[in-house]
Amino acid sequence: MSTTAPRMGLPSQDMDSWFDQRFAEKMAEREAAHTPSMTIIATKGTLDMAYPPFILASTAAALGWDVAIFFTFYGLNLLKQDLDLKVTPLGNPAMPMKLPEGPEWIKGKALPMPTSVMTLVPGFESMATGMMKKTLVNKGVASIEQLRELCLEADVKLVACQMTVDLFDYGKDDFIPEIEEWVGAASFLPRAMKADVNLFI
Amino acid sequence: MSETTHTLDARGLSCPLPILKTRKAIAALTPGDVLEIRASDPGSVKDLDSFCTQTGHQLITSEEQDGGFYFRIRKA
Repeated sequence: MSTTAPRMGLPSQDMDSWFDQRFAEKMAEREAAHTPSMTIIATKGTLDMAYPPFILASTAAALGWDVAIFFTFYGLNLLKQDLDLKVTPLGNPAMPMKLPEGPEWIKGKALPMPTSVMTLVPGFESMATGMMKKTLVNKGVASIEQLRELCLEADVKLVACQMTVDLFDYGKDDFIPEIEEWVGAASFLPRAMKADVNLFI
Repeated sequence: MSETTHTLDARGLSCPLPILKTRKAIAALTPGDVLEIRASDPGSVKDLDSFCTQTGHQLITSEEQDGGFYFRIRKA
């Protein structure tokens, strides 16, 4: 005989409280057995915008979450074998332009120049990139190469956009072999639908 | 019961490296073992607490020491 049968005869009040209790128990069991998951869409290929996807992905993986990053458009640059990421204050006016090195009177001071003028100086992009990289090292922040490696070690799935590679005529050999798959939106969305956290970066 | 204590020096490292290195170090331990961590990143205080809540490891100690931060975590 079914275990629920005797309860059918209970007054409805008792039935309600029995159901509420069982429901809470079942929900708690389900939550305890659930592995959180996150999907990220990485669309930017500059040095500064490379950090958020890799930091969040590696950290989530450290917390035991399942993580996948879908790299599309300029974000695909983050999967190249040779990372040559740059950053510039052009269109990025909040970027501090402080000298990470040099004599005391100038070290840590902001360059006294509007970004619109800075960016007209030849070679400025390389200089800004160099300054940013030096600052990152000085402050003990991991390099993108290191964070990407940590993501791979922690089994973060790196998924690349097939359309982008066709659009920009990239060669697939330029990219790291650890890419899980080359797919389109229709393959990524079902994965995103099941994830607890979805981020567009 | 004797427990083995391991150490991790995460001083000079910024977010998220102290957490990532902790995860790696803990993965190599036996349940019940304790990991001692030293860090200089002020964010690590809240982050390691959150890490332990999420992963089920036990944060036994979290204090400021010699201008840095000192933690002890027991592996679950």
